[in-house]
Amino acid sequence: MPFRGSYTSREQVAVYEFNLLVVVFVPLVAILVQSFVSAKLRWLAIIDLPMMVVIFFAVARRNPISGCITGAIIGLLQDSLGGPAHPIGMYGITDTIIGYAASSIGMKIDVENPGTRFLMTYVFLVVHEAVYFGVGHGLLRQPLQWSWSHVAIAGLANAIVGVFVYQFLDRFKQS
Amino acid sequence: METILGRYKNLIVLAVILFAQIIALAVQVRRPGQDGETRLIRVWAIGIVTPFEKAVVHTQNWFHDKWTGYLYLRGVRNENAQLRAEIERMNLEQARVNEDAKMARRIQTLLAFKEQYVESTIAAQVIGTSGSEQSRVLYIDKGSDDGIKPDMAVITPTGIVGKVVQVSRGSAQVLPINDQLSGVGAALKDSRLQGILKGAPNGTTTLQYIMSDEPVKPGEQVITSGGDRIFPKGLPVGSVASVEPGKDLFLNIRVIPSSRLDKLEEVLVITKVDYKLPDTKDLGPIRASDILSERLPGLPASQGVEAAGNAITQPGALNTPAGTAASTRSGTARPTTPPATPGQTPTTRPATPATAGAAKPSMTATPTTGATSTTKPAVTLTQPVPRKPVTAPPNGANQPATTQSPTTEAPARKPPATAPNAVPQEPPAAQPQPSEVPPR
Repeated sequence: MPFRGSYTSREQVAVYEFNLLVVVFVPLVAILVQSFVSAKLRWLAIIDLPMMVVIFFAVARRNPISGCITGAIIGLLQDSLGGPAHPIGMYGITDTIIGYAASSIGMKIDVENPGTRFLMTYVFLVVHEAVYFGVGHGLLRQPLQWSWSHVAIAGLANAIVGVFVYQFLDRFKQS
Repeated sequence: METILGRYKNLIVLAVILFAQIIALAVQVRRPGQDGETRLIRVWAIGIVTPFEKAVVHTQNWFHDKWTGYLYLRGVRNENAQLRAEIERMNLEQARVNEDAKMARRIQTLLAFKEQYVESTIAAQVIGTSGSEQSRVLYIDKGSDDGIKPDMAVITPTGIVGKVVQVSRGSAQVLPINDQLSGVGAALKDSRLQGILKGAPNGTTTLQYIMSDEPVKPGEQVITSGGDRIFPKGLPVGSVASVEPGKDLFLNIRVIPSSRLDKLEEVLVITKVDYKLPDTKDLGPIRASDILSERLPGLPASQGVEAAGNAITQPGALNTPAGTAASTRSGTARPTTPPATPGQTPTTRPATPATAGAAKPSMTATPTTGATSTTKPAVTLTQPVPRKPVTAPPNGANQPATTQSPTTEAPARKPPATAPNAVPQEPPAAQPQPSEVPPR
């Protein structure tokens, strides 16, 4: 049974578990859908389904170590589809940080509310883009460009989609 | 110690995972340097170690310089004289080597002209993308089992798409031309200006390295130049959408690709490109300018003829532009373009023997008949010149041929083509006008 109410201490935070099949297949399906849909409609690449899955698992489990590892694995899987010009590890690093941050936040605030989820996804998308840009441009000197308008629009789109995605994924939670 | 580890356990795990991935990144990423590409981890390691090494070496060098430069100067005067003599000898040798190099380049240019023809392709279906915005790679459903190899060109009937970068047994990865790491040798179809078509992170394509003083107009077609050794020459790339002054004296030319890269479903992979040398059989000795005039893609045959029409041939040699070989192989020169207006005499004359000295083995189509070459300066050809195999008199002097009257020679005095691939801009005019020298 999901926890409802305000969160004032760590003991009150509900921690959820997931079936192993869900843990394995949900990220794979997210990456597959991301790859397939982007091939048909290029502009849909703005939606980052794997990042939403990272956030969802990290927030639900509320364990930073688990969040780190989940983010790293999903990010590395996403990296592996990026082609030879895309170094493996860029999404890995980004999603690791997102996983850690999401699970840390999940221990402190109510992340079941749609409004909170909207804001959380928006902020994490901005962080995601910033870390990715920092790794690619700052560390690897790749020719990336930063655009605030693009990040703002992407954040909005992901936040809207994220609310529905989280609602769908909630049915896989096990207390 | 145990308390600290327990307290910061989460952060330590985060740091370890991040550190491992950063190291993995540094191992796989290569950064271009002067001596090729170097792994990033080496760059970082070198960046950490070299400052200490430099300090030691500089200190050592400082003492060494002080010793050898101020204290220990025995034999320096003799050595200086020897070195001066050596420099003089090297200067002479360098001049000779430069001449040899120039000659080698000329010969290489003459001998190495090859044309590419797409011989076979494989149709493939686009089945996926990278799924990220930064990378625009595509996946196709054909792989090594179907004969796909890396660096094969991928096209559609409307234009080029990209190149194969990685191949597995049943699929392959394609780097499209609008990816930020893509680069394609491209040229403007009309002006023949060559540049590099590069993608941008936002998916646009720009033609780079065209000087800002070049006249480039929106709508001009862009084709492959063949310089990248991936795409055969002359394939459609796209059209110029906008031209803006860029930085570093280059234009910022935005190009709209001919292929709809965002809605690709089927593509063709070029699996075999046939390289063919120009057909020079039975044509006798030909000049580089003649070969170049044949290489102009998209040029109507008659204009190509006219562009090279002024080239002077050696005895028995004929100008052999594409499309006119049949008319010239008989050994007698015939007029290929009629006189433009009444009253203008034909400019084509019967071929007469010329002396060996009259033929000039140069890359530029410079007339060697006396009246033409001595009175007109060499300017860029802007109007087509009627083809006329002109010959020099047997005495080798630059005089008009005996079968040619001075009055009929006058209309034929067109400025020679200074560039071997000069393209005639317009059809033959009724009356020869003073040639304008376009910016390019």
